[in-house]
Amino acid sequence: MDTTEPAFFETNGPGTGGVVGLPLDRVDGFAKVTGQAKYSAEYKLPGLTYGVLRTSEIARGKIQSIDTTAAAKEPGVIAILTHLNLPKLAKTPNDAEGKKAIGAPMGFLPLTSDQIHYAGQPVALVVADTYDRAVHAATLVRVQYATEKPIVSFLDPKAQLFDPLKVQDGKTPGHTKRGNAQEAFAAAPVQLTATYEHAINHHNPMEPGATTAVWEAADRLTVYESTQGVTRTQKALSTMLGLPTEQVRVITKYLGGGFGCKGSSWPHTILTVQAAKAVGRPVRLSLTRPQMFTGMGHREDQHQTLKLGATKDGKLTALIHEKTSTTSPWDNYAEPNSRIINLLYACPTFESTYQLARANVMTSTFTRAPGEAPGSFAIECSMDDLAYQLGIDPLQIRLLNYADKDPTNGKPWSSKSLKQCYARGAELFGWSKRNPKAGMTRQGRYLIGWGMATASYPVHNNQGTARVRLYADGHAVVQTGATDLGTGTYTVMTQVAADSLGIAPDKVRFELGDTQLPTAPNSGGSVAAGTVSSSIYMAAQDVWQKLTKLAVQDSKSPLYRAKAADVVVEKGRLMLKTDKTKGEDFMALMKRAEMADIEGMGNGKYGAGYETGRAAGPADSGHQDDKGGHSMHSFGAHFCEVRVDPEVGTVRVTRWVSVHAAGRILNAKTARSQIIGGSIFGIGAALMEETFRDPNLARYTNASLGEYHIPVNADIPDMTVEFIEEHDPYINAMGVKGIGEISMVGVSAAVANAIFHATGKRIRSLPITPDKVMNSLAV
Amino acid sequence: MNNFSYTPAATAKEAIGIRKDKKDAAYIAGGTTLLDLMKANVEQHPQLVDINMLPFKGIQETTDGLRIGSMERMSDVGENALVVQQYPVISEALLLSASPQLRNMASIGGNLLQRTRCGYFRDPAFPCNKRNPGSGCPAQQGDNRNLAILGTSEACIATNPGDLAVALVALDAVVTLENAKGKQRRVPLLDFHLLPGTTPQRETVIEPDELIVAVTVPAAAHARKSHYVKVRDRASYAFALVSAAVGLDVQGGQIRSARIALGGVGTKPWRAQEAEKLLIGKPATEENFRAAAAAAVRGAQPREHNRFKVEMVQKTVVQALQELMA
Ligand SMILES: Cc1cc2nc3c(=O)[nH]c(=O)nc-3n(C[C@H](O)[C@H](O)[C@H](O)COP(=O)(O)OP(=O)(O)OC[C@H]3O[C@@H](n4cnc5c(N)ncnc54)[C@H](O)[C@@H]3O)c2cc1C
Ligand code: SF4
Repeated sequence: MDTTEPAFFETNGPGTGGVVGLPLDRVDGFAKVTGQAKYSAEYKLPGLTYGVLRTSEIARGKIQSIDTTAAAKEPGVIAILTHLNLPKLAKTPNDAEGKKAIGAPMGFLPLTSDQIHYAGQPVALVVADTYDRAVHAATLVRVQYATEKPIVSFLDPKAQLFDPLKVQDGKTPGHTKRGNAQEAFAAAPVQLTATYEHAINHHNPMEPGATTAVWEAADRLTVYESTQGVTRTQKALSTMLGLPTEQVRVITKYLGGGFGCKGSSWPHTILTVQAAKAVGRPVRLSLTRPQMFTGMGHREDQHQTLKLGATKDGKLTALIHEKTSTTSPWDNYAEPNSRIINLLYACPTFESTYQLARANVMTSTFTRAPGEAPGSFAIECSMDDLAYQLGIDPLQIRLLNYADKDPTNGKPWSSKSLKQCYARGAELFGWSKRNPKAGMTRQGRYLIGWGMATASYPVHNNQGTARVRLYADGHAVVQTGATDLGTGTYTVMTQVAADSLGIAPDKVRFELGDTQLPTAPNSGGSVAAGTVSSSIYMAAQDVWQKLTKLAVQDSKSPLYRAKAADVVVEKGRLMLKTDKTKGEDFMALMKRAEMADIEGMGNGKYGAGYETGRAAGPADSGHQDDKGGHSMHSFGAHFCEVRVDPEVGTVRVTRWVSVHAAGRILNAKTARSQIIGGSIFGIGAALMEETFRDPNLARYTNASLGEYHIPVNADIPDMTVEFIEEHDPYINAMGVKGIGEISMVGVSAAVANAIFHATGKRIRSLPITPDKVMNSLAV
Repeated sequence: MNNFSYTPAATAKEAIGIRKDKKDAAYIAGGTTLLDLMKANVEQHPQLVDINMLPFKGIQETTDGLRIGSMERMSDVGENALVVQQYPVISEALLLSASPQLRNMASIGGNLLQRTRCGYFRDPAFPCNKRNPGSGCPAQQGDNRNLAILGTSEACIATNPGDLAVALVALDAVVTLENAKGKQRRVPLLDFHLLPGTTPQRETVIEPDELIVAVTVPAAAHARKSHYVKVRDRASYAFALVSAAVGLDVQGGQIRSARIALGGVGTKPWRAQEAEKLLIGKPATEENFRAAAAAAVRGAQPREHNRFKVEMVQKTVVQALQELMA
């Protein structure tokens, strides 16, 4: 290994009694339950005004006229922005160059033209002195359209399929080939071909997208923004406004969930900023729940066809994957489903292609485990089919095809504890008692089924910085511009800082969510825990280096004239490696030197950048582990029991076991919550989540949480979650892989596989609603 | 949502008086239907008249049955001992509705006047004959999974989404209305809701100057032995895909009277009287239940996405009857 950094393991080995890993309560819990935690639409600023978006009824056409007279006459209305008067921007995402420079998720900014490209596209922004007045006035704006017939989806007869060279904004190649999969499939003694359908899903975090914009001066802006990345928002806004980066400050102290939809800067943010400019006062704008369905992206509607070739004893010989999905009029976005299909099993050949069709929808975007979630549905159901066809246990078929090295590039894994996950999960679930035959287990009127699936998620390449200020009185302030999605970042980073500095967690104040703090990457792609924790650890090392230097030069120190390299620090005590009785506490050292405080900076690298001992390049540079010597992924397994009513087709998940291995687990409680949350997210996608787009008007018909169903408590059983201890020295200084997304991967397949085991019928169309189950049993 | 004024009314007369003068005003009870529709701009009311103070209260046993004041809350009625014991189908239908929070707010009167969950109706950007007469019905060729298969028309196929009304219509409930002059009239619930026909915007027989005062339910053996089964997309807090309210009076192995009503499938709470007739004088067997269920959906007109309801509701009727006899 060629790392140039110290690692957390070295100074915080087993038995050193730290707090990392312990199930600490949330440090922000009290502020949240007492309403003191301020979210982005809760800042009360002097002169605050309220913005409300008016959105397009139609999905395609042109604005012929827009009459704001009636609305403008309403009391309290201050301004109405439309495409006719939006203050000019230095750059828009409307051309490829602008889109790239901004880092925009969507190659079109509403209110910059009279064209309507999708239903729900903002056409006006009304600003008033109260929210209620703005809401009312927005209904009075009269818009006349020249309506055209929209293209609804890739299934629309008018839609034209095309073959993109790259998908996911250029991050993933549109074609992948390893060996000759077509030949191998043709020659395979066992051939399975299946098509999988995935409905449109929406993220629907509890907190909607929200912006409060304040122009502090003509060229200086502060934005309180509901975003997973303050830095990315800062870059997007400063680029569009033509301002130097440092003139834009973005603050996100608390976030009520994101799931990917807050991973980029969407139109409402810059429109609110422009509104604030126009009225010369701060403007607050919060998307309504219906606007959340057309304001911040979605998971696209998609079909996948998977061909699987195998030998008679169940060894994979070929995998061929084709995905067809809907994209917007401007962007080639498709979730990279093929990645996990290529990676999960030791299969000698692989081929994948993507087909897209442009339709009158906004651009889809990352949605928790983008690609891995729907991709795992396809591969993990097909593996189940293979198991049943050959009469092999579904767990056994996965072990038979276990990938001891990364099949995509032949590299060794940095760590992989999937076998342990399988074994522990099977034990907790009681898998060995499974009835090998499907459709054979009855309990009263119900059919009972067991299913399982594998989970995996890559360690993306990223880096971030943190600052530690350690005070001589034993307190510390630790800062980084990361965000806490509500998942526990505040808490786990407090734990990491405490152990790295050898002080108690209640002596640490951890601050995040502000571009004035050191830069951290977007909290997305499961990179936050690994990058941020490592950067804090490295910043602490910087402090210790400085203090070591001080000690060895201080004639009053027991370490006077020792070699810096011979000094180690444990629990805040600097001492000689060879004779630990020789040393002193940092407080004693600092007090003697009359230092009030000392600062350290650290750069935490995550993924390949860490392994090769160099900076990983710009933040969010994507998955690049091919540059290092190892392939880096987390793995896990889900086990599920369902109870199916064979008469009317209702399905309830009655038991759930998830076991994951994802490097170091920073907090047993928040980590468990993450896995539970991700699994429930997956159960929602499996059984009920679907946004319906009208087949003629290309507008959603269920854009509300009343009709877009997500699981309620009654849908979810008690869940068993465990982690396999994993010590991975290649990932980052902390050995943390991240768990935000792996928790969801494989979930829908585990549910579908359990339904198959219950009924003997395979349903390949998500969500698996009662009507589909009932119909499957009728034939 | 539009700006509106708010007036609490102390008496029925006062409430009706305001509404009479201002046709666009609306009564507000729990507000769980009304405010949703106003927020979505489906309904615009310049004035809301709060009727929560009106004395339309009480869950009482009368000489011939049960009387529920229209201002009683769903949760109170659902948990009332008299209702639980003598009219279980009503209690079950209520407690399988909505969520505890909504049931604590929502009134019985408001419940009977709740409006369809048709996604086109609830979004003014769409054409919809019910919301905007003559504009068309995109649901016929679109998202009709949750819509009706019985009582539909060319103009509208919207489901009446409520659960309570299905239970009540099974038990021959009667709605008491009061008008501006303080005059009361009694309308059987069966006739209270209207079929869409060519005027889907007219949903009930209630006149603008009328208030719902109470609902009465005759006591009966088939009410004491009654049951509600609801099938939905998730375990709780969802409207019915299909539901069945059933009641039986079985003596000496023979069915003396039967009540069957269907939810989630009709443009109004759907009483299946033909199916009931088939059961009279017959033993309570699965075979007879199946025949009755088949009769209940005769004439159903499913669309592309709600075809499954034809079979699902029959199975639900059979299940409800079987569970009743178990
Ligand atoms: C998310 C959600 C889920 C739901 N799920 C279910 C479900 O599963 N099953 C179910 O049955 N229902 C369900 N409901 C509907 C709910 O039961 C109704 O909204 C509620 O019963 C309405 O009562 P309310 O008192 O709040 O009516 P309001 O909203 O106050 O009034 C509704 C209408 O009735 C009128 N009105 C009210 N009272 C009177 C009166 N006494 N006389 C004359 N007019 C009157 C009002 O003017 C208004 O037009 C759900 C609602 C929501 C929002
Ligand atoms: S079914 Fe009725 S409510 Fe729905 S769109 Fe058609 S007319 Fe409107």
